[in-house]
Amino acid sequence: MTDSALASEPAPGALEAHAARQDSRNRWLLSLPALLIIFLFASGPLFVMVIYSFLSPGDYGNVKWDFSTDGWVNVLLQRDIFDDTLMWADAHLSIFWRSLSLSLITTVLTLIFGVPTAWFIATQRPGKREFWLFLVTVPFWTNLLVRTIAIQELIRAEGVINNVLLALHIIDEPLQMMFTDFAIGFGMTYVYLPLMVLPVYAAVEKLDFRLVEAAYDLYASRWTAFRRVILPLIKPGIIAGSILVFIPCLGAYVTPRVLGGGKNLMFGNLIELQFGAGRNWPLGAALSLTLMAIVMVALIYYVRITSREEKKDV
Amino acid sequence: MNALHSTAAPPSSAAERETAIEARGITKIFGAANGFMALDNVSVAIRRNEFFTLLGPSGCGKTTLLRVIAGFEPPTMGVLSLNGRDISQLPPNKRPVNTVFQNYALFPHMSVANNIAFGLEMLGKSKSEIKDTVTEMLKLVQMEHLRSRRTSELSGGQQQRVALARALAPKPEVLLLDEPLSALDLKLRKEMQIELKRLQHETGITFIFVTHDQEEALTMSDRIAVMSAGKILQVGSPREIYAKPAERFVANFIGESNFLNATLAGDSVTLDAGGRFTVTPPEGVADGEVSVLVRPEHASVRAGEPGAGELAVTVETIVYSGDATTLHLKLATGETFKAKQPNAPAEAGVLPAEGDSAALTIAPGAVTVLKD
Repeated sequence: MTDSALASEPAPGALEAHAARQDSRNRWLLSLPALLIIFLFASGPLFVMVIYSFLSPGDYGNVKWDFSTDGWVNVLLQRDIFDDTLMWADAHLSIFWRSLSLSLITTVLTLIFGVPTAWFIATQRPGKREFWLFLVTVPFWTNLLVRTIAIQELIRAEGVINNVLLALHIIDEPLQMMFTDFAIGFGMTYVYLPLMVLPVYAAVEKLDFRLVEAAYDLYASRWTAFRRVILPLIKPGIIAGSILVFIPCLGAYVTPRVLGGGKNLMFGNLIELQFGAGRNWPLGAALSLTLMAIVMVALIYYVRITSREEKKDV
Repeated sequence: MNALHSTAAPPSSAAERETAIEARGITKIFGAANGFMALDNVSVAIRRNEFFTLLGPSGCGKTTLLRVIAGFEPPTMGVLSLNGRDISQLPPNKRPVNTVFQNYALFPHMSVANNIAFGLEMLGKSKSEIKDTVTEMLKLVQMEHLRSRRTSELSGGQQQRVALARALAPKPEVLLLDEPLSALDLKLRKEMQIELKRLQHETGITFIFVTHDQEEALTMSDRIAVMSAGKILQVGSPREIYAKPAERFVANFIGESNFLNATLAGDSVTLDAGGRFTVTPPEGVADGEVSVLVRPEHASVRAGEPGAGELAVTVETIVYSGDATTLHLKLATGETFKAKQPNAPAEAGVLPAEGDSAALTIAPGAVTVLKD
């Protein structure tokens, strides 16, 4: 073989670099549809919302192309109609508070009911587990609105619960449960319970029960074994479940609308109100972005507690 | 129940005081209706400071017995006592007994040091005492340099050492080891066998070791209990178990065996294939037809016609295995016989070839009469 023939062959290193370039170009091509969808349907609308939040409301909904920060100011403050002084928007603050507290309460309730349920399912014989998991997923087959109205049927003044309590003479007159925060919390706990059960189940199912035996063997009581061994090991499932419950709760719309009535609004209803009857799209946009910010803060907090290291070595 | 415990008389005789774990009539049945009997009326006394091995094939009940001692399985019937105190009803966390699990069961979310400290923390030891004990344990198993490592970053052998350190740290009365070496490769296993013997010697703790590996049992144990089908067949030192197995199962399970038909008359046994030997038959064996055991290494073969006291055999196959050669023979009665000869430095040419007739000598005292 002559020198010139050798020279025409690319060096092995160059060949690899070429292949790598080809590879990365292919990867870009492959991810193009996904990127397109993200830009068109996720980033695009978000961008529109950011722009709208800095415009003025139109007279019949929509927006006027005048720059204004009123949308953002009105998230927390409101202007007095007579003297134009700014003061706290109490109505909004109470809605934020209701959203946050009800979401937290719902998360805690789904934990209280969901973790034992998940534990029960995960400790069944493999054949039986599928049956119980199937039961957990059955509610997803029915429309959320229908299920919420079914809850209404349970708790309204002439509903099942009141009728039973009256018949048993435990109460003398029907309990007012509809259109209260209780109704919303009850409804959301019911709706989001499967979202807690499933990730916790996945974590418990992976749990090595010999570790629990090892803890008993090393003089741990049942409670300590749970706290020191089981809980840290199923923590990822509990955190995933909490995120899956807490975040949709913050933005819940149907449940508070049906069970809370017009009085007990939550964040989702407030946003809907601004885009609908309120005809204040910039405020609606600013509220939506505020909700996103709250969710992000919550997520970052969760990520931080998950990645926190165990206590220091002895 | 508790009142009964407290009024139990302290052990009186010296022999009784020497017993650490005593099982009396332990029966374990899994499943309510037509359940599986994992342990069938097991009674055994394990002495203090001894390395005691439960040996048997899988499914013989050895792990179940270990779990009964640890407290994970309540016995269906029977009494388990530790140092003369009935502990049958105590949960695992109230028994001064620790376990090294088959797959170590190290806590994956804790460092090496925190794993070892766990039992000490549960016992409410002071911080400084925990720290000192953990350091001492790490030194004992030669793992000081891996103190803050996560257990998932350790090799199998290292995990094994941490599991040992964790179980030894609370200074239990008895250490239970559930086939702890079965996940290690051969070389590491041999190392850990010696290591375990050393640890047992240094700590003076009673070790109860479960294995299905007869060689492991023979090399490590002070005493061995051979189990089969939920029963203990024989308890004895490795030498007794190997040289004087009581039953065919024990003989077969430990080492290689030749079983021959023979006739027993008093303390003398005559092989069907010829030859008369003096024996001490086990209790309960009557004169007449019996089975006897001869270990392959207790017989020697030479080429040529059999002389006085030798048996006529035909060589069928010869298997060379480095340190020894095993000859598969056929006796005059049609029975097969394996004879294992240590290999001499230079091939002296004394061994017959395959197909040859040869002469077999069974060493005096090599014949053991079996119960069945």
